[in-house]
Amino acid sequence: MPIDTTLRSATISVLVENEPGILARVVGLFSGRGYNIDSLTVAPVEDGRNRSRINIVTSGTDMIIQQIKAQLDRLVPVHRVSDLSTDGPHIAREMALIKVLGTGEKRVEALRLAEAFRARVVDATTGSFIFEMTGATDKLDAFLDLMRPLGLAEVSRTGVAAIARGTRII
Amino acid sequence: MSQTHAAPQETVQPEMQAGAEVLLRALKEQGVEVIFGYPGGAVLPIYDAIFQQNAIRHILVRHEQAAVHAAEGYARSTGRVGCVLVTSGPGATNAVTGLVDALMDSIPIVCLTGQVPTHLIGNDAFQEADTTGITRPATKHNYLVKRSEDLARVVHEAFYVARSGRPGPVVIDLPKDILINKAPYTAAATTEHRSYRPVTAPDAGQIAKAVAALKSARRPMIYTGGGVINSGQAASDALIKFVRKTGFPITNTLMGLGAYPSNDKQFLGMLGMHGTYEANLAMHGCDVMLNIGARFDDRVTGRLNAFSPNSRKIHIDIDRSSINKNVPVEIPIVADAGLAIEALLAAWDNEPAEVDTASLAKWWEQIETWRALDCLKYTQVQTKGGIIKPQYAIQRLYDITRESGRETFISTEVGQHQMWAAQYYRFDRPKHWMTSGGLGTMGYGLPAAMGVQVAHPDALCIDIAGEASILMNIQEMSTLAQYRLPVKVFILNNQYMGMVRQWQELLHGSRYSESYTAALPDFVKLAESFHGVGLRATSVDQLDDVIREMIASDRPVIADICVDQKENCFPMIPSGAAHNEMILGAEHGNRAPGVTDDGMALV
Repeated sequence: MPIDTTLRSATISVLVENEPGILARVVGLFSGRGYNIDSLTVAPVEDGRNRSRINIVTSGTDMIIQQIKAQLDRLVPVHRVSDLSTDGPHIAREMALIKVLGTGEKRVEALRLAEAFRARVVDATTGSFIFEMTGATDKLDAFLDLMRPLGLAEVSRTGVAAIARGTRII
Repeated sequence: MSQTHAAPQETVQPEMQAGAEVLLRALKEQGVEVIFGYPGGAVLPIYDAIFQQNAIRHILVRHEQAAVHAAEGYARSTGRVGCVLVTSGPGATNAVTGLVDALMDSIPIVCLTGQVPTHLIGNDAFQEADTTGITRPATKHNYLVKRSEDLARVVHEAFYVARSGRPGPVVIDLPKDILINKAPYTAAATTEHRSYRPVTAPDAGQIAKAVAALKSARRPMIYTGGGVINSGQAASDALIKFVRKTGFPITNTLMGLGAYPSNDKQFLGMLGMHGTYEANLAMHGCDVMLNIGARFDDRVTGRLNAFSPNSRKIHIDIDRSSINKNVPVEIPIVADAGLAIEALLAAWDNEPAEVDTASLAKWWEQIETWRALDCLKYTQVQTKGGIIKPQYAIQRLYDITRESGRETFISTEVGQHQMWAAQYYRFDRPKHWMTSGGLGTMGYGLPAAMGVQVAHPDALCIDIAGEASILMNIQEMSTLAQYRLPVKVFILNNQYMGMVRQWQELLHGSRYSESYTAALPDFVKLAESFHGVGLRATSVDQLDDVIREMIASDRPVIADICVDQKENCFPMIPSGAAHNEMILGAEHGNRAPGVTDDGMALV
């Protein structure tokens, strides 16, 4: 069989038992086997805080992404693994806090663009804004590109949280 | 009958015992009979509990690495979970090589490690190490018990994880206060594990597809590995049935030897880097390949883009991540090897298509021409004083042990002697061959043979060794003496790290950098100093007598067999070469392809 060498991005959600060391296990698997992590988020998602959901954005050939799924799935505390980017339509969002320093015309322009992008002002001084913005990764990237010449000083991003559309659950 | 008064609800308080006692009780419930271990401060409460009971036997090793290898030998020869007990810090770190060895070769082990008390964890306390951190990539799973109420559950779960699905090593890190404090005992859960539920039954649709592909084959090939051995005797029995029914040729990996009787005419020998000419060329030339419980290891495939280029591939593996990892396959089947072979057997008769027997006969003709080359041929001079060829030493060992009629287990260290053992010792049963296949751990064989001997006190347990490897765990001779374990160490002594020397000769212009072992010990005196028997053969006329004396002895023996220093292990597929680019031995004029630069970078 011919090997497909096209690289693709994948958003993988992993439902795990919330036990000590689970994040180290997942991250260690990626570093130990030489897979990329483009972004990673983790938080408990159940009432008793017994389970956590880890969302990982990674990239590789289809064979590597299948391999990542299989490797994650055989970790003992892993309940379920889903490659949201191939299992059907999904929503992926991340949040960023963006600090822009500046005065005068640039400051006005930054605020105007923030409104256009539906970024919220969550802190302001006479020399700075902090915008809160939620959206798909490429939307955040586009906004940050615009802010760069306008005094972008600091960014804090959450990484991607993702979920399948419709009635499907992980 | 109506009841007016419900019986008063009694809340059953679980019985409380010291943690160490709860631990031993859980081990007993899991069927542990032997622990290989070494004491230290953090595990003293466990040793105190061991002292006060007789159900579990403790074998005191001389190094923690050897404890794990011994447990591996025990596990591989019995099919049960091997159990290890070591102390915190250096005890745990010394065990790591053994754990990775068990991980790579899928051997079920539960390793109990001591830990400093919970309130000292993270304080750089004496003999503290981050054992769960260090062993995370060295184990299938690991646990740190931080609450007494978790202790019994964790022990039961560890055994379940170690033996289920693709087996592997599991570490339980036990802080000293957990071992001392009272803990409740709970029996093993009868419910399914929360998250770990490996698939073992094959998908019927995939089995049907596999059978259809196999029946359409004109040049079929069956390639099986350690998965068949791990699955148990029933899997080997089913495999023999299936191979005979189909009439197809079969090869085994290093880990899979013994699953199919090696003297059978359908068996083409081991495949891979030092596999036979016929097995490798049949893999290269086949049109349908059935892989059962093997993982397309780089030692088997050679150069990936030239590996069996024209075959449709079926891969049965209990571990989904082994499928499509190196080699893309058309028909994946996630299942236990034994259950999958049974399913293939059942489906074979239901599929109306017939095997193309004319093509199969032609394929066998082709294979016979390859076999006729006799790739394992070597020349042994039989004159008095003649130097011993290592291949001949193994062949005689095989013949003489077979004549003896005794149940024989063979372990090896790592290097040339290991490959010669795989090539010239003929295995006909599973679980009688223990070698470090994945990790390639020098020093594996002696402690592994020790573990086998503990499980099979009356069997003949032989470690085929090299003089370099044996020195890596030679201290275990002392353990053999203490427990009167009559393990035989059969050293093919060429005074070189033979496989290193071979690669230096073939790939590095014969620059023998650091591969000659100056100042070797006198192995005869060494054996004697460890209360064993030392024997030596320096010429071919002495060989048989030494082997006979060795196997007749009821004590541990080191037989120092001085062999041809210049001998290389052939056939050989150089790194980065394809199966059809094999180097053959001097008997065949060393037909050799060029080694590529890419190949030089591979190990």
